[in-house]
Amino acid sequence: MTAHHLAQLNLVELRAPLESPEYAGFVALLDPINTLADRSPGFVWRLRAEDGADATSLRPFGPDVLVNLTVWETREALWDFTYRSGHLDALRRRREWFSPMARPSQVMWWTPAGTLPTVAEAARRLALLTEHGPGPDAFTFKDDVPAPGTPAAGLPG
Amino acid sequence: MSTAQTGGDGDGRAVPAAGGPGADLDALASLADPLRRALYDYVAAQDHEVSRNEAAEAVGAQRQLAAFHLDRLVAAGLLAEERRKLSGRQGPGSGRPAKVYRRAERQRTVQLPPRDYEAAAHLLAEAVERAGADAALHAAAREAGERRGAAAARERGGAGPASAAELLAALAAMGYEPADGSAAGAVRLRNCPFHTLAGAYPPLACGMNLALLEGLVAGLGAEGVRPRLDPAPGRCCVVLSKNNED
Repeated sequence: MTAHHLAQLNLVELRAPLESPEYAGFVALLDPINTLADRSPGFVWRLRAEDGADATSLRPFGPDVLVNLTVWETREALWDFTYRSGHLDALRRRREWFSPMARPSQVMWWTPAGTLPTVAEAARRLALLTEHGPGPDAFTFKDDVPAPGTPAAGLPG
Repeated sequence: MSTAQTGGDGDGRAVPAAGGPGADLDALASLADPLRRALYDYVAAQDHEVSRNEAAEAVGAQRQLAAFHLDRLVAAGLLAEERRKLSGRQGPGSGRPAKVYRRAERQRTVQLPPRDYEAAAHLLAEAVERAGADAALHAAAREAGERRGAAAARERGGAGPASAAELLAALAAMGYEPADGSAAGAVRLRNCPFHTLAGAYPPLACGMNLALLEGLVAGLGAEGVRPRLDPAPGRCCVVLSKNNED
């Protein structure tokens, strides 16, 4: 097993209160998609409110900013859930609910297996990406950053 | 995004092209031999790895000759080979792994004079992404699909809904390599014509693809078929399911 897991922070900005009708379709997807994540191969952990099934009531990045913070065993596990599962159809509809944010809204980093990231840590990683661009400590799917202690991924044959 | 991703592995990592257009042209030139072309076409059309015996039988060639050409196709980077212990063999010598072949992942592109629409596609996708203009892309894709479907329907000439065979032909003409799964109630698409774009911008490219196929089905007049997203590793993100299968 790898000694590191992949943590990802993802933010979206609400255009109206989450309780408003225009978010009914999004809210209806929360439970099924979260359940899908929980059951996906390589899923480790996701941030939830202490008394909730999800993190929608937590607003550490602003009153209108929803936070998604997860940990996965590998990059491939996160990729397959994000883009190769029923989650893709929800992503396809993202602009029905969320506009692109003016600042970076997504960051990932390697975290020692067995430790869970805090929101403060996630904020620090996002700030790193925002200020310095992608690097070994803060990156995105577009960057090929191998887990510490593993060789860089080779080019496909 | 500074280069076209002619070798992307479909998971978002950028893989720079190696060798350039000349290398791709050399690779494709090796298909000029009719037997080699037949072997490539056969292997590429299968959904499983192909043994030398199977390939030789399929094209009606001697096994040694087929093996020679298969290895030349591997050397050209058009096929990939693995060694695998074939099932069903018993007795002495059965433990030795045999070579099996499949189409190489690597994408080959030749446009003469040189053109790079793929780099342009990635740049335009990045712009759509930044602008959040997914809806405009979906609408444009749907209309383009409708036009292609309507054109195919006109060529057919006949009235009434398109047959399953006509739908498969239209999909094949667009590069989807449909696998007729009538029995399973759904047509799966073995190839994604937008592979590197779908690897770099999955929600955008797969949404565009879905809209394109929705348009195609509507324009063609294919009844009882509904494209939907059903992504899985190794194939197109869209499947066409029979309406009554939902």
